[in-house]
Amino acid sequence: MNALTTLVAMLRRGRTAVIGVPFVWLVVFFLVPFLVVLKISVSEMGTVSVNDILSVKDGVLQLTLRGTSYAFLTQDSLYFQTYLSSIKYAAITTFFCLLIGYPFSYFMARAKATIQPALLMLVMLPFWTSFLLRVYAWKGLLDENGWVWQLLFWLHLDQGLATIGVIGAPGKFMNTPFSLVIGMVYTYLPFMILPLYSNLAKMDLRLLEAASDLGATPWKAFWLITVPLSKAGIIAGSMLVFIPCIGEFVIPELLGGPQTLMIGRVLWDEFFSNNDWPMASTVAVVMILLIIVPLAVFNRYQAEAQENAK
Amino acid sequence: MSGPATHKKSTLFGAGFARVFGRGWLAGGYIFLYLPIVALVVYSFNDSPIPNLWKGFTLKWYVKLASDDEMLGGLWLSLKIAFFTATSSLVLGTLAAFALVKYRRFFGRTLFSGMVNAPLVMPEVIIGLSLLLMLVSVQKALGFPERGAMTIWFGHLLLGMAYATVVVQARLQGLNPQLEEAAMDLGAKPFQVFTLVTLPMISQALMSAWLLTFTLSLDDVVLSAFLNGPGSTTMPLVIFSRARLGLNPSVNAVATVIITLVAIGTVVASYLIARAERERANAIAQAQRDDG
Repeated sequence: MNALTTLVAMLRRGRTAVIGVPFVWLVVFFLVPFLVVLKISVSEMGTVSVNDILSVKDGVLQLTLRGTSYAFLTQDSLYFQTYLSSIKYAAITTFFCLLIGYPFSYFMARAKATIQPALLMLVMLPFWTSFLLRVYAWKGLLDENGWVWQLLFWLHLDQGLATIGVIGAPGKFMNTPFSLVIGMVYTYLPFMILPLYSNLAKMDLRLLEAASDLGATPWKAFWLITVPLSKAGIIAGSMLVFIPCIGEFVIPELLGGPQTLMIGRVLWDEFFSNNDWPMASTVAVVMILLIIVPLAVFNRYQAEAQENAK
Repeated sequence: MSGPATHKKSTLFGAGFARVFGRGWLAGGYIFLYLPIVALVVYSFNDSPIPNLWKGFTLKWYVKLASDDEMLGGLWLSLKIAFFTATSSLVLGTLAAFALVKYRRFFGRTLFSGMVNAPLVMPEVIIGLSLLLMLVSVQKALGFPERGAMTIWFGHLLLGMAYATVVVQARLQGLNPQLEEAAMDLGAKPFQVFTLVTLPMISQALMSAWLLTFTLSLDDVVLSAFLNGPGSTTMPLVIFSRARLGLNPSVNAVATVIITLVAIGTVVASYLIARAERERANAIAQAQRDDG
């Protein structure tokens, strides 16, 4: 009773409620689930569900930790290859997003101030229409006689793409690494553009004038001033693209075909097709280890950006 | 590209070339972003069962859609879940944003801000799997919750809260703290300060956060696939299962309906936001005139 009144008294103070409610909610629905996954990854699959790691045998509490799933992960080279290829596709996607997105954001930020809100709005608008449907649309565009299919065919780009091996045969774009990367670049491009734009739009243009007055060519000024100053935006955008790409499921499932290995799909199959919860959890734990470094970089950037905004 | 570099300009290229190249790049980017949407709409009117083969204009896919109970049932469920997700995300997200902006130090602040930001980038398969495994453990121990609309809502709320926090937080950081301090100096209680001063100033951000989380929830496949139960198939799950099998004109028709609704919604919302902003600016100008 006493504890309850203390709790009520604490909640009446606004500060505790404002911090406490979302905090407790996140702990219960975000942190605890990860601990459950960690637990299940070292459990054994029983007949219908996962065996408990704690059991009472002969009156003694026993802790059974099974490393079977982890051992299996190292033995079967498929998992290792899948992790590698997920990183590869995420890195390629990030590279192309930066390649397209950096000039795009740069020209957006240097456009007339009056049209900038409209340009920004146009980048965000596709965001509001279903991501699933926009990915599905690429199925149509890249399939035989689709618009992009026709364009690539007309430009004879399919020969080159087939030569470097990103599509199986000339004229077959769907269900290849090529269609997967197009889908991922398309989906995550706004995540690259938005942080880059907000960074580039804030830049002090007088620095460039000064560089020009001191004799720097525009190219030199661009590489020595604009690019280093936009480092924070580049990092934020790249992390926003790279991290979700690693575990992407919907895009490889709809556009990637069976040949492109992505870890999100392996996790999905372990869980839904094989019904192997410990294995799915193990795949998830290793995936978290994979993204924890970029995640920390991203969080530090977010914290810094928040401090700077003060 | 070496030619333009000889000009001594503060812009990257010589003025004429830069303008053409810049405009071209922007146009190309926007075509890339909008081409799939245009294609979806165009092929929803295609009178041919073979996709990508234009045979003439038809509305038959829309007529079929009107009696597609699976899709319409999914849509109704998705709308309900999206409404509850958006509303609850807004409450939790606003609280979290306040905690992060107003209180510079409290126990576990780093953990808290990490947990708020992580769902933004965390692969959804991980969030879905971990949430499901926890809910199954809880269900084994307590007998509830059954998997269904409510568990989908938990998942969407986790994601929606993160987005709502970011949007509201950005607005709160841009506020002038002196306004709230002035209200307090004039004797307003903290709750009054919040409802009479802070809330009107962040109302725009609240509206965008609500709309953003609503569309996020309406669109989610992965979390819903992990957390759904029998009889709780949301619209994206219906679309996804059809799209997996190949091109399907019924998906194009649904897409066109959604795109139209979103377009109308966006135009109306931005009009309302712009009008509210104008009225506020007028009111401030009026107050300043009265003052002077």
